[in-house]
Amino acid sequence: MKELSLNILDIAQNSVKAKAKNILIKLTETADSLTLVIEDNGCGMSKEMVENVINPFCTTRTTRKVGLGIPLLKLAAEQTGGSVNIESVSEQVDPVNCGTKVTAVFFKNHLDFTPLGDIVSTVTALIQGSPDIDWRFEHHLEGGSVELDTVELREVLGDVPLDTYEVIKWIEAYLQEGYDSVK
Amino acid sequence: MKSLAELAAIREKMKDKVVLREGSGEIRVVVGMATCGIAAGARPVLNAFVEGVSNAGLADKVMVSQTGCIGVCQFEPVVEIFEAGKDKVTYIKMTPEKAAEVIEKHLKGGAPVSEYTITNAIS
Ligand SMILES: Nc1ncnc2c1ncn2[C@@H]1O[C@H](COP(=O)(O)OP(=O)(O)OP(=O)(O)O)[C@@H](O)[C@H]1O
Ligand code: FES
Ligand SMILES: [Mg+2]
Repeated sequence: MKELSLNILDIAQNSVKAKAKNILIKLTETADSLTLVIEDNGCGMSKEMVENVINPFCTTRTTRKVGLGIPLLKLAAEQTGGSVNIESVSEQVDPVNCGTKVTAVFFKNHLDFTPLGDIVSTVTALIQGSPDIDWRFEHHLEGGSVELDTVELREVLGDVPLDTYEVIKWIEAYLQEGYDSVK
Repeated sequence: MKSLAELAAIREKMKDKVVLREGSGEIRVVVGMATCGIAAGARPVLNAFVEGVSNAGLADKVMVSQTGCIGVCQFEPVVEIFEAGKDKVTYIKMTPEKAAEVIEKHLKGGAPVSEYTITNAIS
């Protein structure tokens, strides 16, 4: 992927596919690191599944088509000296507290660090595509934070769907202004 | 600073429109957003459709949505257009520029842009 924000868009789609009702995207930056957390309360995965998804080419199971999304994220993190970790609770084990948390650490000063790119566009694309999910976005930078919670927006919007063009444009401008004031 | 008051204003403005939206979507534009689509540039294509459809005043008639795998990786970004009573039109190797042309000629004008469709690439 050309931008990390594209990996984020892709990994968050996994949470959408897992029928999550709440999805959190959290970025935390220090001078030399970027930590990404994508957490959902979707259907989760079994232990074997997590193994299989992280190391699709090492396991003997061949029944499932190999996904590309998580291996690409892993590559992007590992090539900077970082790593990816996945914690998941399957709905079969715990139908109430099921869900998945993907954590990826990147080292920004490494030559092979992929820049974050247009994260605002990723957030608006996700909300436009799944307006009924409760999205929470947090980006903690050294100079401050940019945050958005669709639960708060919904309180004001009432029945107006989040994928209404004017609302998407508002979210885009809101996040952009947030970044302008932090940088 | 963008304020929640502006959102409240959008809500006011949309009050009557919300009901209208229910019956909308005579035309459905579906952008493939699987891993391969995203890697090939589906995000700016999606934005171009969302933006362009609204700017062209087609929001009540055209619904822009996303899907996962469409099954033709080598042709990504792929966009499918569904319209009641008509055959599905599949556009391949889309860009924001091509999207603008599709909005103008196909969505607005009713004539698919055949040079960007999949049948054209295969034959
Ligand atoms: N958040 C999640 N919740 C539940 N299952 C998940 C989650 N993330 C990944 N998975 C499982 O792991 C599999 C592999 O994910 P991955 O993103 O690598 O590939 P994919 O989504 O199957 O295909 P693609 O190449 O289009 O991304 C998924 O098919 C899904 O079964
Ligand atoms: S994985 Fe590429 S189109 Fe489905
Ligand atoms: Mg995926």
